[in-house]
Amino acid sequence: MYQIIKQILKTGIKTETPPGPDETMRVEAQRLQAEILKVFGHAVVIRHVDAGSCNGCELEINALNNPYYNLEGLGIKFSASPRHADLLLVTGPVSRHMEIALKRTWDATPDPKLVVAVGDCGRDGGIFGVSYASCGGIGRVIPVDVAVPGCPPSPLAIMQGILTAVAAGTEKGTGPEVS
Amino acid sequence: MKLDNFSTEFHPVPGAATAWRADVDAAELPQLCAQVRDSGGRLVALWGSDEGDAGYAVHVALGGHDGLLCLCAALDGKDPSYPDVSAVFPAADRMQRAAYDLLGIRATGAEDTRKWLRHGAWPDTQFPLRKEFDANAVYPTEDDAYPFVRVEGEGAHEIPVGPVHAGTIEPGHFRFSVVGERILRLGERLGYKHKGIEKRFEALGLEQGARLAARVSGDSTVAYGWAWAMAVEGVAGCTPPPRALWLRALLLERERVMNHLGDLGALGNDAGLAFGLAQFMRLKEDMLRINQSLFGHRYLMDAIIPGGVARDIDYGAVTQLHEQARTLEQEIAPLKAIYDEHAGVQDRFLSAGRVTPELAAQLGLTGFAGRASGQAWDLRAQFPSTPYDQLEVRMATHRNGDVAARATVRFEEIGESLRLMREILVKLPEGDIRTDLPPVAHAGFGIGLVEGWRGDVLVALHTASDGSVHRVHPHDPSWQNWPLLEHAVIGNIVPDFPLINKSFNLSYSGQDL
Repeated sequence: MYQIIKQILKTGIKTETPPGPDETMRVEAQRLQAEILKVFGHAVVIRHVDAGSCNGCELEINALNNPYYNLEGLGIKFSASPRHADLLLVTGPVSRHMEIALKRTWDATPDPKLVVAVGDCGRDGGIFGVSYASCGGIGRVIPVDVAVPGCPPSPLAIMQGILTAVAAGTEKGTGPEVS
Repeated sequence: MKLDNFSTEFHPVPGAATAWRADVDAAELPQLCAQVRDSGGRLVALWGSDEGDAGYAVHVALGGHDGLLCLCAALDGKDPSYPDVSAVFPAADRMQRAAYDLLGIRATGAEDTRKWLRHGAWPDTQFPLRKEFDANAVYPTEDDAYPFVRVEGEGAHEIPVGPVHAGTIEPGHFRFSVVGERILRLGERLGYKHKGIEKRFEALGLEQGARLAARVSGDSTVAYGWAWAMAVEGVAGCTPPPRALWLRALLLERERVMNHLGDLGALGNDAGLAFGLAQFMRLKEDMLRINQSLFGHRYLMDAIIPGGVARDIDYGAVTQLHEQARTLEQEIAPLKAIYDEHAGVQDRFLSAGRVTPELAAQLGLTGFAGRASGQAWDLRAQFPSTPYDQLEVRMATHRNGDVAARATVRFEEIGESLRLMREILVKLPEGDIRTDLPPVAHAGFGIGLVEGWRGDVLVALHTASDGSVHRVHPHDPSWQNWPLLEHAVIGNIVPDFPLINKSFNLSYSGQDL
């Protein structure tokens, strides 16, 4: 126990702190976290659905919970069930074999709900395109509020996508892009 | 080169991989496989191809003590079939079923003929990898109706899990048969992520293929990128400059460390030690940020290109990378000590998900998971291509085969990779980082074989007579290791499944293609 406490104390708090002038990345993280807190008041629940990705986007979604981005520390948590979720964070392309599962997950999510499509493939199928086995982008299967481009998008871009979706309200199918 | 008792002559496959190729009679396949198995060899991959008027072909890649042996057997166009090899190498089972789903070539005498990669996206009369199949054809979705093996008896019941899982992971279906909390049987159903990668390669061609290869399994993007480049360079007959090869190894070792760090953190978390997740994910993020600043991508995607690498590093970067390797060594040592001495963690790790060396050998467990079960295979040590031939890689092995052993091997491999990185940075040759690829305008066969963090990643590339892509088979070590997970969990309790699963951390995308 002593070793663990010593290590925790030695590591200190890694969550991005108020920035110096040229640390633009940190500025962004700090501002986004505040915005998310303001809009959602400590309670956004996200259900992640991998609808056919290469697993690159999953690496960055997992990184959102590392101590630097510390998404969960803000009260934004990932739920094990779509029935508890406000927002679906979906990676793609949607494989034909995941089409039904994705639709069912969307159906199981209570209204009002938001959908953020993550990555170039989630947006339009990316390098995998549309084929006998791929439906292409998430928007071809369920309504998408925000599409975050990138291969994979950075944790900050994903954070920004989540924020854009919650700030834009529940207007469906418009799919504004953030960068 | 020849195998005993067989007249067939093996010819070296051009390129950096230690690989041999021979045309064989399909009827000889089981005996050839048995001979390689009996001399301690293993199955690396099995795939098929449509050869137009000449019918079809089945390709079997075997790992022997002389390198990779690629057997190619021509099959009849009317009734394309070959004798089952899964009786010799059980790992062939799912590969043979996938070859049927995609190409309609059948393994006669195989015990298990259930579909594997096909769910309901195309009918059983259609085969996507046949040349006449239109890549954009959309068939009405059919019911999957996969026949799981049922376990019956007093108190036995089933727990179906997935394809959408509870955590941030890839989709697949697990059917647990349990009594109380104890697992009697696990049946895996994969293929949910099948997105037509192999067919897509044929449309994209050699130019764009590199980008697709780098996205077969995102967590192994360097391994696939290098394997693709190695295969293309073999067919084109070109060798990248030494500096490029050394930089590739640097990237590959960084990928290995990044993945092991992330998984060690997740293993701690699954054992109830969230401290471990926070600590290891912090170290991983430090690596990702340096990747972004020096190589232009957090996960190093597209950093390797056929002919070389995309970006060079300067003296300042070398110093920075040295510094990070040293810092990581210092940071990981106390964390390892905490894991080793934490009673709760060790209680969960020890004896969980055990794969004995005998079972691992029989079923062909590969990669670091294989090395944790006494399977001493590591391409970097046994068939080292440049620069590994000058680095004397020390292979990490263990015999316990449980979660603890897989964690130990990961710790040891991190240590070795950090040593390799530092040595690479010291010895990094000067010079160009890429060479122009000569145009390919012939029917060729190239093999890319790279020891990725999870295991050996293979890319087989067949070009047509005009130099276009005839067939590509990217092969993930997850093909071999997924069936072992079914065995590893038997007798364990359901709540230990996530821990055992994470200790392997297999790729769904790499297997589903």
